[in-house]
Amino acid sequence: MEFFFQLLIQGLSVGFLYALAALGFVMIFKSSSVLNFAHGDLLAMGAFFFLVFSLWWKLPIPIAFLMTLVGSFAMGFIIERLFLRPLIGESLILVIMLTVGLASMFKGLMLFIFGGNLFAYPEFLPQNLSIQLGNILIPPVYMATFIISILFLLLFGLFFKYSSQGIYMRSVADNQSAALSLGVHVRRVFALSWAIAALVCAMSGIILGIISGVNVHSISIIGLKVFPVVILGGLESIGGAIIGGIIIGLLETFTGGYISTSLREVVPYIVLVLILLVKPYGLFGLVEIERV
Amino acid sequence: MEDNILLQLNNISVIYSDVIQVLKGVSLVVRKKQIVSLLGSNGAGKTTTLKAISGLLKPENGKVTEGNIVYEGHGIHNSSPEQITRLGIIQVMEGRQPFKLLTVEENLRVGTATRWGKPYKKDLELVYHYFQPLVARKHRLAGFCSGGELQMLVMGRALMAQPKLLLLDEPSLGLAPFLVREIFEIVKRINEEQATTIMLVEQNANMALQIAHYGYVMENGKIMMEDEANRLRENPDVKEFYLGTASSGALKSYKDVKAYKRRKRWL
Repeated sequence: MEFFFQLLIQGLSVGFLYALAALGFVMIFKSSSVLNFAHGDLLAMGAFFFLVFSLWWKLPIPIAFLMTLVGSFAMGFIIERLFLRPLIGESLILVIMLTVGLASMFKGLMLFIFGGNLFAYPEFLPQNLSIQLGNILIPPVYMATFIISILFLLLFGLFFKYSSQGIYMRSVADNQSAALSLGVHVRRVFALSWAIAALVCAMSGIILGIISGVNVHSISIIGLKVFPVVILGGLESIGGAIIGGIIIGLLETFTGGYISTSLREVVPYIVLVLILLVKPYGLFGLVEIERV
Repeated sequence: MEDNILLQLNNISVIYSDVIQVLKGVSLVVRKKQIVSLLGSNGAGKTTTLKAISGLLKPENGKVTEGNIVYEGHGIHNSSPEQITRLGIIQVMEGRQPFKLLTVEENLRVGTATRWGKPYKKDLELVYHYFQPLVARKHRLAGFCSGGELQMLVMGRALMAQPKLLLLDEPSLGLAPFLVREIFEIVKRINEEQATTIMLVEQNANMALQIAHYGYVMENGKIMMEDEANRLRENPDVKEFYLGTASSGALKSYKDVKAYKRRKRWL
């Protein structure tokens, strides 16, 4: 039973991490229908930003963290400006292929600067962050994952639900030409969605870095995991991304714990195939509202 | 130039995708605080005229190739929809295009995009004042509202932007007659009480000419006729082809054959 709860805690924290990573992916898809294949590399970029600020420049952790936030937000803006804006109005497949190109480019850039080595952040999580629940110890890493993920998911959930800018973003996702007719700045919405996506990617990148160290390949491969997560949850739904993330996270950890660790990596993709066969819109995806 | 002219189209041509010419030299004038109605059959170029004004041609690969559009003394034919909406020109598109996955109130809030960050509570009250049925639907997803409610919603959404010039594209489309009357009544009240200038594109010529001050009749990308709305209502051609009130049942004479030819020209 104790083993079960350990796995549960671990699975939940992995799940929230996936949810956070998927949030960025869903944002871009929702506003501009672009599947971002460079997602994993955005995660890795965020992780390396934090590495540079905290380890190389030896900035205090909170400042390094803030600078990573600002830096990745700006990077999202720049990516949209330089690479995606010129393609507005072109066919979608072009834009999606562009993100595949961006993925290779970013990966190459990171390998060029940092090499393929495994880096570790300086130890900064306070030990008293861990919680003892009966016989089960929740280590600080998981606690940090919970706190950061839930905080950001909540923050962006509220942002989309209540803030004017969030409502404008949803209106563009819903009906672009109607949004345009009301004066919604559609290009600004695209830029903002890339910026926010890069920002939440950086968050999840940092957490991944804390858990398993910073390495270009091992982090960017996590970007692929968002596909099963968002397909399961439904591509357009932020709530779906959260539920999908948690389900995939739990499935993975339980498979790893009870069946076999080598099966662990495969499970999400088996789910992906099953969902596509049975419920292609995902659990919370959009089936057009059709009045009869 | 007269002082009370709000918008002036001077001989504009519009071409889609560099080949399809839809407007062939349209000129018209919209005076402040008036309701100007643009009539014509399908494909006459009414919607294109509205889109040329609001800048929504661009996303559809259309372009104003000749002539100019002057609004409050500024040429706006090269401006983007973002700039044009911020000058106070808001178009309500044909076919009611709500944001289906947003609630009614969220839909209305999108109307504040041209003045992001400014208070909007008063405007919400105003919209609910004109469109009472929306109050009860506030928190419902727009995708589940009825056609009449949606028409009110999209007009209310445009009203949230505090427009100086409201472009309405076929507000009566697919609505029950009593609802059409109600919608037109509200359009008239908005024009009178808010001093909003309104440009109204309609197939329902009868209703449109009842509330409009001035009317234009379009055909084949050109303006065929223009006059005060009440005079247009009395015009025999308009009467016959748009209002359908010409004497029927009378014996057909050679005149009717001529009228048929005339009709061919109209439709």
